[in-house]
Amino acid sequence: MSGHSDNAEQYWRANLRLIYGSLVVWALVSYGFGILLRPVLSGIAVGGTDLGFWFAQQGAILTFIVLIFFYAWRMNKLDEKFGVGEE
Amino acid sequence: MSQFVINLIFVGGSFLLYIVIAIWARAGSTSDFYVAGGGIHPITNGMAIGADWMSAASFISMAGLIAAGGYANSTFLMGWTGGYVLLAMLLAPYLRKFGKFTVPEFIGDRFYSNKARLVAVICLIVASLTYVIGQMAGAGVAFSRFLEVDSTTGLMIAAVVIFSYSVLGGMKGITYTQVAQYCVLIMAYTIPAVFISLELTGNPIPALGLFSTHIDSGLPILTKLNQVITDLGFNEYTADVDNKLNMVLFTLTLMIGTAGLPHVIIRFFTVPKVADARWSAGWALVFIALLYLTAPAVASMARLNLMTTIYPDGTAAAPIEYDNRPQWVKAWEVTGLITYEDKNQDGRIQLYNDTPAFEETAQSRGWNGNEMVVNRDILVLANPEIANLPGWVIGLIAAGGLAAALSTAAGLLLAISSAVSHDLIKGSINPGITDKGELLAARISMAVAIVVATYLGANPPGFAAQVVALAFGIAAASLFPALMMGIFSKRVNNKGAIAGMLAGLAFTLTYIFVYKGWLFIPGTNNLADIPENWVLGISPLSIGAIGAVVNFTVAFGLSHATEEPPIEIQELVESVRYPRGAGQSTGH
Repeated sequence: MSGHSDNAEQYWRANLRLIYGSLVVWALVSYGFGILLRPVLSGIAVGGTDLGFWFAQQGAILTFIVLIFFYAWRMNKLDEKFGVGEE
Repeated sequence: MSQFVINLIFVGGSFLLYIVIAIWARAGSTSDFYVAGGGIHPITNGMAIGADWMSAASFISMAGLIAAGGYANSTFLMGWTGGYVLLAMLLAPYLRKFGKFTVPEFIGDRFYSNKARLVAVICLIVASLTYVIGQMAGAGVAFSRFLEVDSTTGLMIAAVVIFSYSVLGGMKGITYTQVAQYCVLIMAYTIPAVFISLELTGNPIPALGLFSTHIDSGLPILTKLNQVITDLGFNEYTADVDNKLNMVLFTLTLMIGTAGLPHVIIRFFTVPKVADARWSAGWALVFIALLYLTAPAVASMARLNLMTTIYPDGTAAAPIEYDNRPQWVKAWEVTGLITYEDKNQDGRIQLYNDTPAFEETAQSRGWNGNEMVVNRDILVLANPEIANLPGWVIGLIAAGGLAAALSTAAGLLLAISSAVSHDLIKGSINPGITDKGELLAARISMAVAIVVATYLGANPPGFAAQVVALAFGIAAASLFPALMMGIFSKRVNNKGAIAGMLAGLAFTLTYIFVYKGWLFIPGTNNLADIPENWVLGISPLSIGAIGAVVNFTVAFGLSHATEEPPIEIQELVESVRYPRGAGQSTGH
């Protein structure tokens, strides 16, 4: 394929949008809830400590897994929709 | 049956398994050797990535680090998993589409420059070699503790086992042994954790036990732990961190460093399709998370267990008498990883945080300084003994620690040897080499890499202790930005990329050397490595993220000031963005 068609252009832009969205969540759960916003979340108790501690030790990792599978699933759909997937 | 015989059965049995796999999965071509023929199922690959990634550091050291640092060391948990999100979205699918054998090869082709390829090869070798020395040394320690041989002999045994499957089978042999090693290491890690979680909280899932109620005290386990350790002068386990900037940058350095480490990236070249590369990243993180979600539970529970062992009647009562110390303390004293000195001559073990703030309390109790030092690396290995678990669990831990060290070592050695045989020998020295000749060169490079790593594992140079600074710093500041720009920008050209990589590298290494000594030679540092001296409170271990920013800035700036890359390079960038037409990985 030439790669210069509108179709390919749109596919790449859709991919970039998906990446931006995913990386916002990625940063929010780790750098946000897990580190910088922990004092804000300190009112929410989780088993002897607070929500920020849970995000830093477990919540961020669980969110990362969901993010990757969501991205893979969406991209495979986009590959199909724009006809750029593998045979 | 003695513990020694049990350990021998577990370790010997697992080694036999790896060697059988090695004979079964021999490599017949360079494609087999470099990328396992490109036919690995994404779930299989996910499991292999799990073993490739989880090193002696993850298995042995990480829980100990978290136990000692509490919340502050959550950085390792987030940092060593968050990189997979970046790999899945920013690197792996496109590099798989590119379809070549090595990371420097992409950099060389995309930036149409052998110099760029060479810079990448050097970064790869320094980062991977630093990393592999730690694995070899870790394997040596595990051998010496569990099989009662000295650590050099242990190292030799480890080297022979790695040799048997990596020289014969290359990536193909390594992939299937890594799958077996993953199973061994995850069982070894979780089984003792389940027992301990049951014992302390009644919850069989350690990750949930961490936030459950401590049976003996009726308090949440983290509350109980906070109480016990603050009574002894330590910081609260869940205490927040003041220097948030450094915590953010350290986590970021670990994340982008993870995404830039070549031994992880090349594992994504082994799957048949671009879509599989995306799925593999998800599966890899699932398999990694099984250990990483358990680790913080092991950390807090083992720390509480240790404290209640030393203070059986509570922190207000007198600690245990030295003569009544448990068997596991005696066993680890032999290795020098637990030391005891009866400073106040009362025959008991005073374990507490020896700080000026606690001085008054200590004196009022007749304590004359902390008397026991427990090396934090033993926490996971001693875990089953601390919890009085049966002998076979201890044997399993021994096999698991070795599996973690060997699987990572093999992945690193493959990254090193393929850079030598494919990027240096075929790429520069002898481009006309036949496939058979290159396969032989790859096997010889692997053998030499094993010998060098074994030697350095037995005689670790000063930089071997600096895996986090050196390997993650280099991967974050040089390789990750170059790879990402190569995919996401058509404008970055050869001059920009080379200058960017060198600038990121020079900036990062200089900052590290100023605090840790030039080339890590003791005494040559310009400033003491203490938080008061760090610029804006940024530790030398966290500087890789800033190095990456330097790399991006220089590369974009210089590229925009100079000519556009040739049209065929822009077409190459286009082609890696679209999955269609991805064949099997090839070297041609």
